Amino acid sequence: MVSTGTTTGGRSTAVKKLDLDRATVRQARALARKVGRPIVKLAQEHTTVSVERATLRLAGLGGADPDGTPWVNRLADAVRADVGLEHGLALPVWDALLRGEAEDLETLAQKASAGSTRFQLPEGRAAQKARTASRRQVAAGVRRIDARRRERERLIARIGDAPRQPWIYLIVATGDIHEDIPQAQQAAREGADVIAVIRSTGQSLLDYVPEGATREGFAGTYATQENFRLMRAALDDSSRELGRYVRLTNYASGLCMPEIAALAGLERLDMMLNDSMYGILFRDINPVRTFVDQRFSRQVHARAGIIINTGEDNYLTTADAVEAAHTVTTSQLLNEYFGKEAGLEDWQLGLGHAFEIDPAVAESFRMELAHALLARELFPDAPLKWMPPTRHMTGDVFRGYLLDGFFNLAGALTGQGILLVGMMTEAVVTPWLSDRDLALQNVRYVLDAAGGLHEDFRPAPDGFIANRARQVLGESIDLLGQILDHEAGLLDAIADGTFGLMRRPADAGRGLDGVARKAGEYYNPAIEILEAQP
Amino acid sequence: MSLIRPYGDTTGDGMVQLSFTLPIAHSKLADGAALQLANKMGMEPALVVHSKPMGPDFTFFVVYGRVNHLVDPSRVEIVERDYDLLTPKEVNAAVKESLRRRMVVVGACIGTDAHTVGIDAILNIKGFAGEKGLEYYRELKVVNLGAQVSVPQLVERAVEEKADAILVSQVVSQRDAHLLNTREMSAAFREAFPPSRRPLLVVGGPRFGESMADELGVDRVFTRGTTPGEVASYLVHQLARRAS
Repeated sequence: MVSTGTTTGGRSTAVKKLDLDRATVRQARALARKVGRPIVKLAQEHTTVSVERATLRLAGLGGADPDGTPWVNRLADAVRADVGLEHGLALPVWDALLRGEAEDLETLAQKASAGSTRFQLPEGRAAQKARTASRRQVAAGVRRIDARRRERERLIARIGDAPRQPWIYLIVATGDIHEDIPQAQQAAREGADVIAVIRSTGQSLLDYVPEGATREGFAGTYATQENFRLMRAALDDSSRELGRYVRLTNYASGLCMPEIAALAGLERLDMMLNDSMYGILFRDINPVRTFVDQRFSRQVHARAGIIINTGEDNYLTTADAVEAAHTVTTSQLLNEYFGKEAGLEDWQLGLGHAFEIDPAVAESFRMELAHALLARELFPDAPLKWMPPTRHMTGDVFRGYLLDGFFNLAGALTGQGILLVGMMTEAVVTPWLSDRDLALQNVRYVLDAAGGLHEDFRPAPDGFIANRARQVLGESIDLLGQILDHEAGLLDAIADGTFGLMRRPADAGRGLDGVARKAGEYYNPAIEILEAQP
Repeated sequence: MSLIRPYGDTTGDGMVQLSFTLPIAHSKLADGAALQLANKMGMEPALVVHSKPMGPDFTFFVVYGRVNHLVDPSRVEIVERDYDLLTPKEVNAAVKESLRRRMVVVGACIGTDAHTVGIDAILNIKGFAGEKGLEYYRELKVVNLGAQVSVPQLVERAVEEKADAILVSQVVSQRDAHLLNTREMSAAFREAFPPSRRPLLVVGGPRFGESMADELGVDRVFTRGTTPGEVASYLVHQLARRAS
């Protein structure tokens, strides 16, 4: 057993079953790098309100005014009104503190929102002092994240880790954190290794992070620092009770992705949903905003030892799972490139994919196996996130239960790292207690009956599965080539609907007004610290 | 039509199956409680064929039994389809003939609802249930605004695009969000357009009832399982009526 709990076991030594051509795989990665590099440059050249607010959060500024507007928003808005966003917030904010405008960040935010503080861009020695002071304060926040990471490693070593892979991933979503907690603890007792708290519908489009413990959400519970803390503490209790560390997942996505990443690091969340393009395609968030926010949030996740879960499964909910299989592979390659560039290691890349082929299609299960094995062998050291059928769950719960069984079997046969448990009542109701129980029985039966079957499973070298996998890899290489043929590469490809059939131009979408091109004297201590990984 | 009752394996046997959970520890008492519930629901005799503890405080049951209720099909109330089902070709021809231009359809998920699966099934070229979506119809101009569109945004786009029809999908129904959002939407359109110029308002989602159109202020409600072809046929039928 791995005692640190930070790796998911040396899969790279596993026997290769598809015999993928190494040169082709290298070519795919090289193309992904070529597509991704200009986007990284774009991200480096810009900042966003959320990156800057995340920096203030790392410096210790939390809380909200009596109307519920977080102090980080209040302060960021005031500074931006005076000196703009393009220099970053650190210089004007700590300059104000050093000038004695307030004794701490919260007081400064209060004064700023009352209009009694003016911000300016310091120069020369004053700028140097502001840089040093801000760096000292933000570094303390990063050290807190480091401490939480060590704490996780200690707890896993002391309590024990999930007993086997795939990790069983269950969702709670009541809208009320105090209802979520007993449900999550019960799910852990029933066998969940990972608990995900679904966010309230629409939180991704809020340009602030709500504050405090919340009891009102739509189809989910708000991601707040206090909700994170409460749930993590409850799962720590469950972990001790059960003798295995139960992981907690939330969403670093939407307009506040960097801030939520920071809060997740500070509150020792273990996994975060964090996709490079999901917000653009499915939430119509501006592409530049997304790529800038995403890079920062991944740098935080890298530092915090958080495993990201990417969202490729979503492509298959809008496009056909056979025709669009290669868009999943393409996105995985891009997510890998962006993730590693931001400092994430292989064991932190929970690349997503899903069992979404229409069961009426002939040989659908063999194709699912081909796609799942392709992901497994392209990313041998990544803990892949395997998502259950949703699109072809019709309300016929009996048929759905069978489909979920095949989904579980495909997961076991192809060595998936994280298995999101499918519910037979998908598309009917939010899961009932009995739905979850039946779903876990399904998973347990398959893993107990066939958990080791992958040892015997060798697709014929030139058989249907191997050929299909090669075909999908080939198509994803073609797609990467097509993206490179666009004048502005990936941004143009996103604009013309290459992914998930949605067209998202770079100069439109939500949150664009929160993006600024960095000025020459831009300074952000968090980025400086995170890019100089220890 | 004659009275009918559920069919297990013999005409008239009245057999049904039922599963549920009771908040009670697994025991003989729990089985008895399940039986009592089944009896009260009209299952007589009922047989608890499976009971299983789910944690210390809950038990899951599967019950089979005979119901004595009769169903009278002649007294069932449904909304009958009051338009002809057309093929895409026929829809295109009908639009050409009645409008002499392309029909503009603007679709969206409104409010905080982020579930585009319904609107996409109807609008995306990919379609649903083997039928291509409205984007496939040559004579339809489809503007799919996607998820989390506010009502004012939707009205604005409808004006801009000179929409003939508005399709709104609502999946999330927590706290009746789907009903509140739909009423807000229909009120806004009634305010923004004179009655003769108002686009057709169509709403769809799994939790709506077909007969709710009037109380929601919309022209039509579509429920689970609606196909793109049905929607297209309905739109053509209505707009042809308006044009004539």
